[in-house]
Amino acid sequence: MNSIFEYFADIFHTVKSLLTGMKVTGRYFFSPWEIVTQQYPENRKTLKMYDRFKGEVIMPHNDHNEHRCTGCGICETACPNGTIEIIQAKIDMPDGKKKRIIDRHIYHLGMCTFCGLCIKACPSDALAWGQEFEHAVFDRSKLNKTLNQPGSSIIKDIVE
Amino acid sequence: MKEVINLPVKNVEEEEYHINMGPQHPSTHGVLRLVVSLQGEIVKSLKPHCGYIHRGIEKMCEKDTYPQIIHLTDRMDYLSAHINNHAVCLLVEKALEVEVPERVKYIRTIIDELNRIASHQLWWCSFGMDMGGLTCYFYGLRDREKILDIFEESFGSRLLHSSYTPGGLMMDIHPDFQKNVKAFIKYFRKKIRDYDDLLTGNMIMQMRTKGVGLLSKEDAISYGVTGPSGRASGFSCDVRKHHPYGVYDKVDFREILGTKGDTFERYMMRMNEMHESMRIIEQLIDNIPAGDYSAKMKAVLKLPAGEYYQRVEASRGELGVYCISDGNKTPYRMKFRSPNFSNLSALDHISRGVKIADLVAIGGSLDYVIPDIDR
Ligand code: SF4
Ligand code: SF4
Repeated sequence: MNSIFEYFADIFHTVKSLLTGMKVTGRYFFSPWEIVTQQYPENRKTLKMYDRFKGEVIMPHNDHNEHRCTGCGICETACPNGTIEIIQAKIDMPDGKKKRIIDRHIYHLGMCTFCGLCIKACPSDALAWGQEFEHAVFDRSKLNKTLNQPGSSIIKDIVE
Repeated sequence: MKEVINLPVKNVEEEEYHINMGPQHPSTHGVLRLVVSLQGEIVKSLKPHCGYIHRGIEKMCEKDTYPQIIHLTDRMDYLSAHINNHAVCLLVEKALEVEVPERVKYIRTIIDELNRIASHQLWWCSFGMDMGGLTCYFYGLRDREKILDIFEESFGSRLLHSSYTPGGLMMDIHPDFQKNVKAFIKYFRKKIRDYDDLLTGNMIMQMRTKGVGLLSKEDAISYGVTGPSGRASGFSCDVRKHHPYGVYDKVDFREILGTKGDTFERYMMRMNEMHESMRIIEQLIDNIPAGDYSAKMKAVLKLPAGEYYQRVEASRGELGVYCISDGNKTPYRMKFRSPNFSNLSALDHISRGVKIADLVAIGGSLDYVIPDIDR
């Protein structure tokens, strides 16, 4: 007798608990303003990332196509996985001395782990985080970027 | 002419056979291969095969300087990335005898707890999914998104932050951090009731988990099962209580202990821990002292020669970092005692004699993260 009672009590409790759960889903079904889904590719125009978002490492240039990189190579040593390659050039200064400048600052985006050590280590604040995040390309060689723009030079007031 | 082979007739009912669960199986939450030996539907024994996602992190640490090691620890237990970072930072700070600013300790503690909630939310999603409730997945992820947004606003990334450095933080918290965390706590206090309605109170889930997958306190200790899974068996192993770091010694929180050690208890442990984590955050969030976000550190960190060990409470158990330094800027040897590896070792013991469907539930309740097992 008792076990039959328990049997039906179990069924009753199970149905009740299922209905409690379905109440939650039902509530959200009828309150569409609580839906949080972002329609990603459609909202590309309005999508704004947070200011500190780590999309990629960039080298900001000013209006005169000037950057702050001295080519010292500290970021190259700070990087844990060889993502950055610094290729230096030597130029002749007017006073006859030779000066070392950056020729190419190569950044292999495909290897970057976004740890931020290069940006922290750079003594002249030449690097920053960029907001771009759509990095999918068909050929991985496209992920090797040169951060200093062609023809760019260093801002005059940077001292080494 | 066809040859007739007479196979010996076996009684299939009694014969033991092996099946592979994984390496590609939705219920193992990653590339883990379990060779399950079955008799009918009953699990006789099981052998986990690890190593499918072994990246040699410990070896890689030997060529990296201490600040560089941080970003590798993110990639062990990626769901408690901040807490893993914390372990290495504490180790380096202890070895160099650096006193980090109070502000850093407060922020780190808050962020660790947020990370723990986020991790438990994702666990709840996947546990619900293991039990056949796919709806849970979306509710849990929806709330986890709020925490990830807070992280993203302050540190720029959502999963692998690398936001701690030896001596402090990579960058200060965002000015809106406190406001957003408080808003999240208020929001989540309300939403966690949905979790209880959807899954905790569900009779089908309770019947499948209560009294299944028992792990006694003695076995939990001898297998080294820590974290919520160990505490469900009554093993008091909370590093935050026993060896406080950060500002855990200043906050009031309970170490919740279970008695039975079954799957349901392991489930409840994590649900209750989310409440405790919220309590810890509430006590700290208004009292973050002003100050620097990092202590002054040398450009090149060289630990004095010797052995160091530091443990923290990651969201799945005790994470230990053992380091031998020979005085150079890179460690001589680095070893991680990852909680998931020890927790997994108990799986064979727990699941002997259960049905194969319950094995999925037990695995879900142990909440293993495979990259942490393999490292
Ligand atoms: S973010 Fe880290 S991995 Fe990427 S380039 Fe900078 S140092 Fe290297
Ligand atoms: S980016 Fe900074 S650290 Fe790297 S070479 Fe240029 S100046 Fe030096």
